[in-house]
Amino acid sequence: MGLLFSFFAVTALIVIVFIGVQAAHLHYLFGVIIPYAAFLTFIIGIIYRVVKWGRIPVPFRIPTTAGQEKSLPWIKHNKIDNPFTSLGVIVRMALEVLLFRSLFRNTKTELRDGPKLSYGSTKWLWLGGLAFHWTFLIILIRHFRLFLEPVPIPIEILEALDGFFQVGAPVLYITDLIFLGAVTFLFLRRVIIPQIRYISLAADYFPLFLIGAIGGSGVLMRYFLKTDVVGIKQLTMGLITFSPVVPQGIGIIFYIHLLLVSALFAYFPMSKLMHMAGVFLSPTRNLANNNRAVRHVNPWNYPVKVHTYEEYEDDFRDKMKAVGIPVEKE
Amino acid sequence: MYNAGKIIIGLLIFVGLVAFPFVYSGGKATAKPDPKVDTPEILKLAENERKCVEPKAYMKGEHMVLLNDWRDWVVRDDNTIYTATDGKKYTMSLQNTCMKCHSNKKKFCDECHNYTAVKPYCWDCHIVPKEKET
Amino acid sequence: MAEPKPEELKPEELAKIEYKPPKTGWMDTPTVFKKGMFCYGNQPKFLKTVGFPNVRSWSVLDEDWKLPENWQEIFIEGLRERVGKYRSFRLFLDICVRCGACADKCHYFIGGGDPKNMPVLRAELLRSIYRKYCTTSGKIMGKIAGARDLTIDVLKELWYYAYQCSECRRCSVFCPYGIDTAEITILARELLNLLGLNTHWISAPVAQCYMTGNHLGLLPHTQKDTFDQMVADLEVVTGIKVDVPLNRKGAEILYYVPSGDMFDERGYFLTMATLLYFHEIGLDYTWSTYLSDGGNFGFFTTNEVAKRLNAKAYAEAKRLKVKWMIGGECGHMWRVIHQYMNTWNGPPDFLEEPVSPFTGTKFENAKSTKVVHICEFTADMIKHGKLKFDKSRNDNLIVTYHDSCNTSRGMGFFEEPRYVINSVCKNFYEMPENTIREQTFCCGCGSGLNASEDMELRLRGGLPRANAVKHVKDKYGVNRLACICAIDRAVLPALMDYWVPGVTVSGVHEMVANALICKGEKERTTDLRNEPLPGKEAKENV
Repeated sequence: MGLLFSFFAVTALIVIVFIGVQAAHLHYLFGVIIPYAAFLTFIIGIIYRVVKWGRIPVPFRIPTTAGQEKSLPWIKHNKIDNPFTSLGVIVRMALEVLLFRSLFRNTKTELRDGPKLSYGSTKWLWLGGLAFHWTFLIILIRHFRLFLEPVPIPIEILEALDGFFQVGAPVLYITDLIFLGAVTFLFLRRVIIPQIRYISLAADYFPLFLIGAIGGSGVLMRYFLKTDVVGIKQLTMGLITFSPVVPQGIGIIFYIHLLLVSALFAYFPMSKLMHMAGVFLSPTRNLANNNRAVRHVNPWNYPVKVHTYEEYEDDFRDKMKAVGIPVEKE
Repeated sequence: MYNAGKIIIGLLIFVGLVAFPFVYSGGKATAKPDPKVDTPEILKLAENERKCVEPKAYMKGEHMVLLNDWRDWVVRDDNTIYTATDGKKYTMSLQNTCMKCHSNKKKFCDECHNYTAVKPYCWDCHIVPKEKET
Repeated sequence: MAEPKPEELKPEELAKIEYKPPKTGWMDTPTVFKKGMFCYGNQPKFLKTVGFPNVRSWSVLDEDWKLPENWQEIFIEGLRERVGKYRSFRLFLDICVRCGACADKCHYFIGGGDPKNMPVLRAELLRSIYRKYCTTSGKIMGKIAGARDLTIDVLKELWYYAYQCSECRRCSVFCPYGIDTAEITILARELLNLLGLNTHWISAPVAQCYMTGNHLGLLPHTQKDTFDQMVADLEVVTGIKVDVPLNRKGAEILYYVPSGDMFDERGYFLTMATLLYFHEIGLDYTWSTYLSDGGNFGFFTTNEVAKRLNAKAYAEAKRLKVKWMIGGECGHMWRVIHQYMNTWNGPPDFLEEPVSPFTGTKFENAKSTKVVHICEFTADMIKHGKLKFDKSRNDNLIVTYHDSCNTSRGMGFFEEPRYVINSVCKNFYEMPENTIREQTFCCGCGSGLNASEDMELRLRGGLPRANAVKHVKDKYGVNRLACICAIDRAVLPALMDYWVPGVTVSGVHEMVANALICKGEKERTTDLRNEPLPGKEAKENV
């Protein structure tokens, strides 16, 4: 159900562009107003969500420790997987965010006759996820050539590297290939692996379809259908400089791409995609395991009713005295 | 907010990144490219003969494909004659055919390429034509 | 019922596990309560003792759970309150991408194949309710947004699976965002407790512990009797008569343990071992009858009750005017000491930073909480050559070590116990890499699931652990499973008997005391269990 719903939702977005741009000529709405609105939703939405998380206390320091704690000086401490200091936490978080360290540990459980359980290392999800996120980032940065004038040299270098093999014209970006491959992989594993299909919701398929369609429309636009890239940059720079213009002659494929991107931006803050910001706030990862050395304060800690020693002794004084256990009150 | 310092720093970095293009352009409108087709060679031609090898709209979108094909056909297949859609024949040569009319690389090629940060590798092998400063 | 009891089921049959999920979606697949997979419901008197709501008599298999009229309101209000109090909770409900990396990391899923035991789906059970009542998209879009109404069947399902999670945190190690199902389960149980929904096996020890200090409700004089018995037993084995300082004021150190160490068989040997060990080194310490449990089953009910039980520790340390504390071998007790105690009931300003009286070592890593793990203490003693061992007394043991979940993933306590074991035993072999240290598997009974009526759950959940033991038993002939957790000591024997017969279970310090050469001891012929030492069997036969 979630799969079909998501598929039709993304299809509907594309149909809307045909109706809105091709038939109704609402170029300004689709080229300027919707992108602005989506972008604002994106920024404000993310800030809102992060602040909302930020306003919730972290009552306990609960890092998941994945290595030897700092202990006696002669015991080798795992400073990254079980950080004791802020520096260790920063390294742990950096590895987590940049290299998906936890996912790298992934194993696949197999049960054979015997019974015999084995846990083989499996890196496919890690590799697919890493490929997806990194190429997405590079593609995003590459797009800055359309938002910056003059185009800064680092972005030119990135483009040159991405098109290093000089295949065809326009030059094929390696990231485009990897990106589409990775999205396809992430989608296929979701439908093929029974357990993953079982847990998948519309909220999982929709972003995959959306991002896949964004990649697909982008690739179509660059390599096959072609459109007026100078006109596109005039439009994007108009947005960036707050003097929006909608040049004539930009193909419908661009408006499809733009609406899908706008949809992603607007959808982002209200979806699971917020894991982008959330990972930084995860209390099992971003806290040092120095619990016994530095006291963690719970802002809502409140006094509780305790069965005190005095009450306990009152209950059992005679019994204690009978066997010679010292008591407070004779 | 709890851990406000760290969260605010994080949010500032985020806002800084997404706001970067706006700050970079400074809100000033940027010049749009204005490629010129007014070289002496073109002006010499009669108005109705000022045509490229293929129609303008096609050339705008597909010139890189055409040039890439030309390169392959000439270098790899030893084929030097291109028959255009309208039946006219051209020698496939960047320097002798294209650049003969479009002798103004800076105003014709670079204008848009620079604007959209496209770095064609034509000039890795071909010699960049000398132009008079206009 | 005609269904065979799990104990009667052959291991080969129990190990036939179907991992394929059913055809119907999980929201549309009703949860069937299977005998052997859940614990009995709580009894009224124990709820009353600690002031839990909805005190009444009920049974899990009854149609009517006798909930208050406005139970939905209570649950949802409780949920809203808690997502505002625990950043972990709200974040973990918000950011899961359902990548499935956690799916086959849960021992209950591996051993049972029930898809709702995949950590991601276990969390979705609650997440779907959160979406419905706490998020806009869930309110509007309903099922397509993964939201569902809180019906009585949903509540029952939540109860069933909240007590099929041992809060072991193994999934959290593999999650790319560190989502910790333990955190979800802890708060799900807290919400269920608002409606008086607990288990007998958890609520009874909580109430007992609150009143008497320990799970079984052993009264002070009974504890004294037990200690006296231990002293007598020790004298038989070693010829030494040890002291048992009870509630002694002014001692340097307050030592406390999980209450299983007073009545469970392996726990009993461990306590004997500790008595001998502390006597030998001449430690200036005391036990406390008031603080006769550190294990804290309150941790399996609500944060508040856990804090109430834990409060006794510092209070007793203050009353007895000790300088610092040592904690015994226990898993949940150490999760609580390490990650909660100081936050709940600290700071313990009246204590001093722990310094070993024998080696002068400052336990820097415990300078604020001021509780040192007995294995840390012993490892330091051994490193400084303060203990003399006759390792050969343990030569009949071929040992492997089970990392308990809480000390592993809530502390990172790996090398200390290994160093101690290797110092007192000749034969030590590790289980496979993916089953130890931070990837260790639960015994199948953590977080209060060690009852007897849920035996099938225990055996299934314990399969991954047992199977790893079987691996080293087949390969190296391992016959001893060492551990530093009271629940492990209590439940692993049954698990071993079922899946890997021939492997015994003990605490680490039992082996320490076996090997420890003590002043004035007679020539030992048996270990603390009164079983002949290697090479002394013949004598025994005479």
